[in-house]
Amino acid sequence: MQCQECGKRPATLHFTKIVNGEKTEFRICESCAREKGEIIPGTTGGFSIHNLLSGFLDFNPGSHSQNPTIKAPENLRCEECGITYSQFSKIGRFGCSSCYKYFNDRLDPLFKRVHGNTVHVGKVPKRAGSHIQVKRKLDELRQQLQERILQEEFEEAAGLRDEIRELEKNISAE
Amino acid sequence: MPNLRFTEQPLSEWMSSGGKDSDIVISSRVRIARNLLHAPFPMLATSEQSEDVLRKLQDVLDDERIEDFGKIYPILLDDLEDLDKKVLVEKHLISPSLANESKSGAVFISENESLSIMVNEEDHLRIQCLYPGFQVQEAWERATSVDDIFEDHVDYAFDDNRGFLTSCPTNVGTGLRASVMMHLPALVLTGQINRILSAVSQVGLTVRGIYGEGSEAMGNLFQISNQITLGQSEDEIIENLYSVVLQIIDHEKTARETLLTESHLRMVDRVMRSYGILSHAAIMESKEAAQRLSDVRLGVDLGLIDTLSPQVLNELNVMTQPGFLQKIFSENMSPGERDMYRAKLIRDKVNVNNGKEN
Repeated sequence: MQCQECGKRPATLHFTKIVNGEKTEFRICESCAREKGEIIPGTTGGFSIHNLLSGFLDFNPGSHSQNPTIKAPENLRCEECGITYSQFSKIGRFGCSSCYKYFNDRLDPLFKRVHGNTVHVGKVPKRAGSHIQVKRKLDELRQQLQERILQEEFEEAAGLRDEIRELEKNISAE
Repeated sequence: MPNLRFTEQPLSEWMSSGGKDSDIVISSRVRIARNLLHAPFPMLATSEQSEDVLRKLQDVLDDERIEDFGKIYPILLDDLEDLDKKVLVEKHLISPSLANESKSGAVFISENESLSIMVNEEDHLRIQCLYPGFQVQEAWERATSVDDIFEDHVDYAFDDNRGFLTSCPTNVGTGLRASVMMHLPALVLTGQINRILSAVSQVGLTVRGIYGEGSEAMGNLFQISNQITLGQSEDEIIENLYSVVLQIIDHEKTARETLLTESHLRMVDRVMRSYGILSHAAIMESKEAAQRLSDVRLGVDLGLIDTLSPQVLNELNVMTQPGFLQKIFSENMSPGERDMYRAKLIRDKVNVNNGKEN
């Protein structure tokens, strides 16, 4: 197996990163690994997370991806701060919080690659996020409801259904 | 004139107590990234916008709860000399990017330096808590409570699906980076380190040198932190790091015991040789200093040297950095002079603690 970086030397180092079942493999030679610096601790090198990231952003899924993404239209732009998607993919940083909204359709593959996930499950700010607590509770109840139905436990299912309705009513009342 | 207490002493007060497992874990750190709603991220912000963000965040310091852990000193980066910025970076109180690139950058530092809040770094707000030893859980609890105080006063940029929105996609979600600095000489000596570090990178963690991204691992010090910030809760992230670090501690302990029993004489020689060189050398490059200090620290931990404390070694790790040396001796020194002064500083420190006058 040849090194993926230089294509000349044999790949002696194999890295497998598994994040939530998403597997990424690198096979490179020692000299390229050394060039990348971070992979072998104790060596200097300027290969930073931002280099890697812009690689992800420019990444053309090609034929070996299950979900080929649509090429960004040249004019995809955040209306708030004015940064374009192609600028974002070069610098690897968002310009403002609205970029997340305007580029939303293209972010799932990126987050999947970086984090293995696309949805936040952690801390929710008290003031801005009170409705999210309810939403999370709802999701949980709906899942339980499905399980009950599958197991034909209809009495419990009815109880859950009522609970869900009650919560939904509260949300629409807000 | 800003408060300069933070650049005078090499060792932060919070580092003066060892903390849990401090023979292997030097320190634990948690950093939370947050941004304010309706303001562009610092990279694109105008000076006015950055000043406005700083004003809003500085106003939060009026909330008494923020000083539950001691007085907070706000410092504007523009008021600092370059050398003082360098020293704050060497003490991990600010990041290199806050020191060099920020507009209206500021840092709010607590009296004992265990809390440092950076403003207008890559994100508007970065809350950082530093604890001695292996206390990553404690550091997280403290950081999240400070986060709650800020959230009471300012509106955060938060999205139901993506969580806390950050400038860099690698921080989105929890905005949480938890890390521990580990001293792993025995794993390096026994050649197990690469195997362990590559295993670490398979469970969503990453290893860096002590001064963060792109920096070199010197003196057998490794910084291990979470890579993933989206799709895992803060508790999961902390627990994951905790359990992996716990295992590395075990491996390092086993390796130390093995070295001590199977190569006792060679270990004693290695440790005492470095001790001797640090006590007498006249020229000391930073790389050699880091390695020798690591040997001596191992000697102290293994009970082979009882005349030095781990605190002195922590102190020397910071004092022998270029910025601090300049601070102590002279701002305009050549690299050659720097190595000479570094050697002198180490000699003085080691010999005084050894009960000998130099």
